[in-house]
Amino acid sequence: MNSPPADPATAARAADARRAIDTSCRGPVLTYLASATFWLVGGSLFALVASIKMHAPDWLGGPGWLTFGRVRQTHLNTVAYGWSSMAAVAAAVWMTCRLCRIELRYARFLTAAAWLWNVGIAVGTVGILAGYGSSIEWLEFPRAAPPILALSLGMAAAVVIATFLRRREEHVYVTQWYVLGAFFWMPVLYVAAVILTREMPVRGVVQASVNWWYAHNVLGLWVTPVGVGTAYYLIPKVLGRPVYSYYLSVLGFWSLALFYSWAGMHHLIGGPVPAWMVTASIVGSVMMVIPVGAVAVNHHMTMKDHFRELRHSPTLRFVVFGAVSYTAVSVQGSIESLRRFSEVAHFTHYTVGHAHLGLYAFFAMTMFGAAYYFVPRLTGVEWASARLIRLHFWSSAVGIMIYFVSLTVGGWFQGLALLDTDVKFIQIVRETVPYLIGRSVGGTLMTVGHLAFAVLLVLNLLGKGKPFGETQPLAA
Amino acid sequence: MDRGLFIFFGCLLTFTSAWLGLVLAPHLQLGELEPVAASEVAAAYPRPRTEEEEQGRKVYQANGCIYCHSQQVRSGTFGNNADIARGWGTRRSVPRDYVNDTPVLLGTMRTGPDLANVGRRWSADWQYKHLYNPRMMTPGSIMPPFPFLFEVRPVGETPSPDALVLTGPWAGTLPAGHELVPTPDAKAIVAYLLSLDQSADLPEARE
Repeated sequence: MNSPPADPATAARAADARRAIDTSCRGPVLTYLASATFWLVGGSLFALVASIKMHAPDWLGGPGWLTFGRVRQTHLNTVAYGWSSMAAVAAAVWMTCRLCRIELRYARFLTAAAWLWNVGIAVGTVGILAGYGSSIEWLEFPRAAPPILALSLGMAAAVVIATFLRRREEHVYVTQWYVLGAFFWMPVLYVAAVILTREMPVRGVVQASVNWWYAHNVLGLWVTPVGVGTAYYLIPKVLGRPVYSYYLSVLGFWSLALFYSWAGMHHLIGGPVPAWMVTASIVGSVMMVIPVGAVAVNHHMTMKDHFRELRHSPTLRFVVFGAVSYTAVSVQGSIESLRRFSEVAHFTHYTVGHAHLGLYAFFAMTMFGAAYYFVPRLTGVEWASARLIRLHFWSSAVGIMIYFVSLTVGGWFQGLALLDTDVKFIQIVRETVPYLIGRSVGGTLMTVGHLAFAVLLVLNLLGKGKPFGETQPLAA
Repeated sequence: MDRGLFIFFGCLLTFTSAWLGLVLAPHLQLGELEPVAASEVAAAYPRPRTEEEEQGRKVYQANGCIYCHSQQVRSGTFGNNADIARGWGTRRSVPRDYVNDTPVLLGTMRTGPDLANVGRRWSADWQYKHLYNPRMMTPGSIMPPFPFLFEVRPVGETPSPDALVLTGPWAGTLPAGHELVPTPDAKAIVAYLLSLDQSADLPEARE
């Protein structure tokens, strides 16, 4: 991290430089974040519809575009590509400029990329609802959308890399490794997966291996590095102290790059694919304890003796919630990949709970924390209401916990019952319904949190709030 | 780690290793897999799907059936032999079962039962009624209804032969003088479901 400047004059210069950097990336970063928030709210509503349909199947049962299978695909794609990916670009671009100590030069180009991405998501979403979804998990958008998304992703990656190459700061901080990795991996991964599943599909079950190589790497090589990189930037930033260990961060980064990319095939455990493939992925999944342990120890030791700060800083509260969830979800994932464990958990709601612990409790919460930090610095306006921020945090945090516990417990019982052939299938369905209702309750709370966040963001963009920096900031 | 190139090559190397292992290697092993040849006693397996069945696959994809239904029977040594004991198949599924499928619809959820052999379990008539409203055939089911795959229309001079006979609480819900008939999409998906059958004996599936 930047060491604190020695005298007041240097400090003022550094503050001016930071302000200039923040101003330079204001347009595109806020465009990405506002779009992300729009897709988050939309995606949450689709999620709620899908969730309620699982215990009230005849609700909104008439029109084709509202049928469960389409609404669920829409939910996944709007939150994964609309919310998560756009929030990731927003945070990554801002952190890159800050850490390279350089103003963003390609603001308009990047804003164009954001709008292009929005067009791609809109085309894909309408396509799915109209019945053109592909049913290839994580690649459901109809064929018109991927070229638009790939182009936009390439543009964003070019901006990040070009900014990095022009950097003024010589030291490359750990966050930058993660961001560079993510922006190098994701475009290649996306294009390769689209070609091998859609344009020149490989044969039969090889498509399934491409599918899960891709889908798991969206988490491992795109969402996770940006999320972990953000935590690496913000925790020390808010506390004003350096990261505990440089060597642990190097170890964590390279072991993640190596092992996470191999992890995907555990989604095919027991399936009609060669056993060696699944075994290779189980090894990769279990070895993930190394990068996860390294990151967890590093963050914990940085936080040590400073947990009191959680009370004052919403940013820290969200990011630390995310960081702890990252450790939890990763350890769970390593265990879940084992064959004996998967005999019960695979094909059940347990997996869905796990997925949300990762993408929501870890990633989304980290992104909320980042937004609470950088938005006032970009707009120059303080958050309008501390109460709404608290509402956001608690309803999201309690919501995801209800969600996770419901599906984990319900899914585990479902898995045990599936193995017990004396239990009729319809009996299992009936017994999971209470847990599915629990999921809807959790999901409703999470959606309330998102609405609070959206209101705060809109107010801030409209300039409703005290000027930033004049008073004790709400969101340090 | 202050060198961009170092990070770049490191990322390239780790990424490529996984691509070689998880994409290229399976492709080399399975990419050339063909249906077993026809002999004098049996047709080639798996047989190519008819045009209507292929259309039905598209309806299956469009409506996201895979989010609740898998199409893979697991080995008797996996999970207490439950898949076979539940009657979802007579043998485990193997890569050759899927050589004609693009995209392959293995699925990752069993909110509903596995469908790898559903063509051997139910009749067309059952499937139509079940699609129109699953609870007509299976009380307590949480499967979505698919009324948009059916058409309510006035009975012509002679009643349509494929009109559904509604039962239970659904009997008498149609307006007088009307009948409920499957659309071409409904016929296609039922044809597809009836085609799902992995009972052919494949040497590599024997355990």
